[in-house]
Amino acid sequence: MYNKEDRKPLMVTRGLKKYYPVRGTTIGKNSPVTHAVDGVDFEIYEGETLGIVGESGCGKSTIGRQIVALEKPTSGHVLYQGESISEMSTRQLRKIRTQLQMVFQDSTSSLNPRKQVYDILAAPMLYHGITTGDNLDGEINRLLDLVGLPKSMKHRYPHEFSGGQRQRIGIAKALSVKPRLIVCDEPVSALDVSVQAQILNLLKQLQDEFKLTYVFIAHGLGAVRYVSSRIAIMYLGRIVEIANTQELFDDPVHPYTKALFDASPIPAPKLRGRERIVLKGEIPSSVNPPKGCRFHTRCPYAIPSCEINDPPLIPVKPGSNHMAACPVLLAERER
Amino acid sequence: MEPLLQVEDLTIAFVEDNTQTVVVDKAGFSVKSGEVICIVGESGCGKSVTALSLLGLLSPNARIIDGSIIFEGKDLLKMNEKELDGIRGSEATMVFQDVMNSLNPVLTIGNQLTEIIRIHMGYDRKKANEYAIEMIKKVGLPDAKAVMKKYPHMLSGGMQQRVMIAIALACGPKLIIADEPTTALDVTIQLQIMKLLVELQKEFHMSILLITHDIGLVAELADRVIIMYAGQFMEEAPVNQLFDHPSHPYTRALLESVPCIYDDPDKKLSSIPGTVPDNYQDIEGCRFFGRCSYGIPACKEKQVYSELEEGHFVRCHRAVKEEIPFV
Repeated sequence: MYNKEDRKPLMVTRGLKKYYPVRGTTIGKNSPVTHAVDGVDFEIYEGETLGIVGESGCGKSTIGRQIVALEKPTSGHVLYQGESISEMSTRQLRKIRTQLQMVFQDSTSSLNPRKQVYDILAAPMLYHGITTGDNLDGEINRLLDLVGLPKSMKHRYPHEFSGGQRQRIGIAKALSVKPRLIVCDEPVSALDVSVQAQILNLLKQLQDEFKLTYVFIAHGLGAVRYVSSRIAIMYLGRIVEIANTQELFDDPVHPYTKALFDASPIPAPKLRGRERIVLKGEIPSSVNPPKGCRFHTRCPYAIPSCEINDPPLIPVKPGSNHMAACPVLLAERER
Repeated sequence: MEPLLQVEDLTIAFVEDNTQTVVVDKAGFSVKSGEVICIVGESGCGKSVTALSLLGLLSPNARIIDGSIIFEGKDLLKMNEKELDGIRGSEATMVFQDVMNSLNPVLTIGNQLTEIIRIHMGYDRKKANEYAIEMIKKVGLPDAKAVMKKYPHMLSGGMQQRVMIAIALACGPKLIIADEPTTALDVTIQLQIMKLLVELQKEFHMSILLITHDIGLVAELADRVIIMYAGQFMEEAPVNQLFDHPSHPYTRALLESVPCIYDDPDKKLSSIPGTVPDNYQDIEGCRFFGRCSYGIPACKEKQVYSELEEGHFVRCHRAVKEEIPFV
């Protein structure tokens, strides 16, 4: 779809890591840490949607929060237009916060229950000087219109809305400061399917209208495939495969990606007996991730060397931007 | 053959300050021996309430105001708590979505598992212990003896769900009611658990009543499917029939709004406009009318529920007359 060379990245991460101390232990040099994100490099190009997929605890949400500077990395950098946001002062950050916005999964706890929609939307615009008092009313009407909510609802409180409507308010709030990049952290996971489709379609339509760049975080492949132009698959703090959406679905390389595809239920009863990989065992703890390839404990293709060597993320073909971290299957493909 | 479970005209209401809100309206279905039936619907449609009512597990403010639940020839609604206890946990059991809150946090897995075996099967402590270890092995947990001594919080979500299944299966039930058993789990773990349930269902020749919102899971597991909307059954059909010839406009909209990884990538996802109406119990006509693109004036007046083909029921005027073109 896109070539790597054609476009310059809006955001780049280099060696991104985030460790959290394990709760209930003393903080010290050798105290245990959760390796939430453990060395992640990727680019986000202007106007694309990068999907990040993985199971719980793989670090996908932590990455999302680091991109919008809600958390500082333990080490590594997040470069926004070439500048490292992880080293910026609060003052400098304030200036670019308008450009980096987030839509949260839980719309109930991310909206202030004591404030009316009007105030929820007004506060960020006034704070950042996007609009002044005179235009405020018109601007709020415009925002509500954009996300498909009637203007008459602006004096209601969050609890008076349904889950789908609250998510629309969350999107309006993110849009209010005219961002360039929006991180959507599982925006539809808590919604019913018919409403999910409404929100996904709304996100797509807004992207076209405002030339937005999205990072779309999810655990289900269906929704991610529908909105993303590129997808990164994560497992225990690492990216195991990244490719253009179509390429990834046509030709998945990493065993975990394949297993994830196979595990997604397909709404067609006739495909019930199909061949598929069923992973054994549980997801290992990210406090002590397995040595070598982190997936080797559950991988049906693992060979002894997988337990020792940590596989790098390398192009599937020379020069390709389809990258995977599985030397075993990559070597097999070349044969 | 007599069905294992026969539910007729089941009507359930929540009662608050002398006002009744009917949340399940004249639900009727049967479960045959060895069959997997799915009830599908979106949140608040009444599917979980239906499931809970079957074994008398409704919250105190909910009442069953009409209907009958016949399990193996006996009406569960006419039984007292003691008689019900003889069936719950042994003949018919339940697997819940929220495992964390369904297992007792201060008792070991072994305690919780042997309790039910000793009560229902009358085994002594030693025999119950051995049998419990067998069950833990059966649900695919490694190191069964160690698991017996663990507390629920020491296990992951997937392992806890396996323990729940072991408890549900321990006394050889004829019917398992599973209320969203895998919703809280990751997809690769979900597949493991579903496969386990199906294998055990075949091995023990049980029936499963699965409550879910996931159309994909339905396609993978069900023999027959019931689509529920706003407290009513909208359509009931064998699984292949439902996916090949969905008849109710709601069923179709539901099927089309699911993003599937094998779809044409440029396909626009269709959504259902609007939301479920409030106070839907007072609506005389079709409860989907406001959101339906096939509505005609007759839909507002009254409802019809009739059989299109054998075993395929639908609640829609236009589907009955075959006026809705297939897409």
